[in-house]
Amino acid sequence: MKAVRYWSVNNARWLRWVYKGLETCLTTIYPLLKWLGYQRLDSGFFAVEKLVKGFLFDSKSCGQCTLGETGMACPMNCPKTLRNGPCGGVRANGNCEVDPDMVCVWVTSWEGSKRIGNPESTIQVIQAPVDVRLKGTSAWLRAVRKNWGVDE
Amino acid sequence: MIFDDEPLVGENLPILPGHDSPGRLERVLRAGHFAVTAEIAPPDSADPYEVYARAALFDGHVDAINATDGSGANCHMSSVGMCALLTRRGYSMIMQISCRDKNRIAMQGDVLGASAMGVSNILCLTGDGVQSGDHPEAKPVFDMDCMTSLQMLRGMRDEGQFLSGRKITSPPQVFLGAAANPFAPPFDYRPLRLAKKVAAGAQFVQTQYCFDIEMLKDYMSKVRDMGLDKKIFILPGVGPLASAKSAEWIRSNVAGVHIPDGIIKRLAGAQDQKQEGVNICIDMVNEIRQIEGASGVHIMAYRQEERIAEIVEKTKVLGDRTPWYPNR
Repeated sequence: MKAVRYWSVNNARWLRWVYKGLETCLTTIYPLLKWLGYQRLDSGFFAVEKLVKGFLFDSKSCGQCTLGETGMACPMNCPKTLRNGPCGGVRANGNCEVDPDMVCVWVTSWEGSKRIGNPESTIQVIQAPVDVRLKGTSAWLRAVRKNWGVDE
Repeated sequence: MIFDDEPLVGENLPILPGHDSPGRLERVLRAGHFAVTAEIAPPDSADPYEVYARAALFDGHVDAINATDGSGANCHMSSVGMCALLTRRGYSMIMQISCRDKNRIAMQGDVLGASAMGVSNILCLTGDGVQSGDHPEAKPVFDMDCMTSLQMLRGMRDEGQFLSGRKITSPPQVFLGAAANPFAPPFDYRPLRLAKKVAAGAQFVQTQYCFDIEMLKDYMSKVRDMGLDKKIFILPGVGPLASAKSAEWIRSNVAGVHIPDGIIKRLAGAQDQKQEGVNICIDMVNEIRQIEGASGVHIMAYRQEERIAEIVEKTKVLGDRTPWYPNR
């Protein structure tokens, strides 16, 4: 829902704080998660993520979440699925070239990033192209593994 | 312009120390000349002579020619095809690659092929959405975006490997370009976006049409404050408008083109609107060359390609240089 999505961007600062806090908690209990087994946990985590992120950010469940770096705007809502900033087609009113009724995802992302501050550690980070194999898997568990330096 | 190490027609120049490509454009820019690039209209045809005739309109007036990749999401001869034809004749090409129609496998293959054909410049673009073209029912690809494709191409060139990490025996030697639109929101992010493109590997950038010089000056001053003009060659885009009516149409139908009311009024008030469009373009070029950090201009004269020679001659932007052309 666009209204909720826009609300999330307007509240990007504390939402990111919560998001990062959650990441820290999950990273802390990594040994427990490992003991329980990622394969077993993935579908459960994914279901929760889909529900929460789907509601708040219209997340498209790509499995490689960038929300913390993109001003709490899900870049997969961009019709061109751009993950590194706005294209040159943004309308004069800030709406999308493809969907004139939607505010450009990157206009909202930039607003959210400004609220968070320090663009060098957020919107200026170059995001890797999407790995389509990861769609529909838990991005949170992936972030935890990454923080521990564990390969997929 | 003839270099003293000029090769046979269709062969590349030697790569100078500190250069990444064997191309004329990189030489001209790095030597500090004010460069002129132009966009060629790809034909809706399989006739090579149409391509040669269109390129010949620019002879002696441009340093490199952009071959567009399905611009406006309309189907035309491919940029690869245009480059294959024109590099054979020795033209300096800028091959555009849009992320709309190809995935990473196709893009990397095209880059190797292009470099092998003698294409020295590759410009990575996001690409217009399919809804704006003649096949709105097509599946948009967007596997990569312009930022990641710049990074991917730089990796191919500098690391000698595909995105997968697999080795390339002879890496492509290309000068990497990007596009920028200082005239679209979010305005305060646009200079940062250029910085991000520089970080991703862009070495030159061509902008969307400039019809609002004040807006460009404002953008350029922010770009200079960030020191970006020292890291990337910036070629603002210009072009002649055909009439007030067509300007109105472009303004409301072409994504990302900003035309102020003043320009439309100036066109509407002219006796010969087509000539006035060229005059406006000439004025823009003259203004742009005064801007610190502008390394050249990129002329997009869609359906008015024959006017480019006039624009270049009247502005004398090339000074006493005559860019290379076949059978000069």
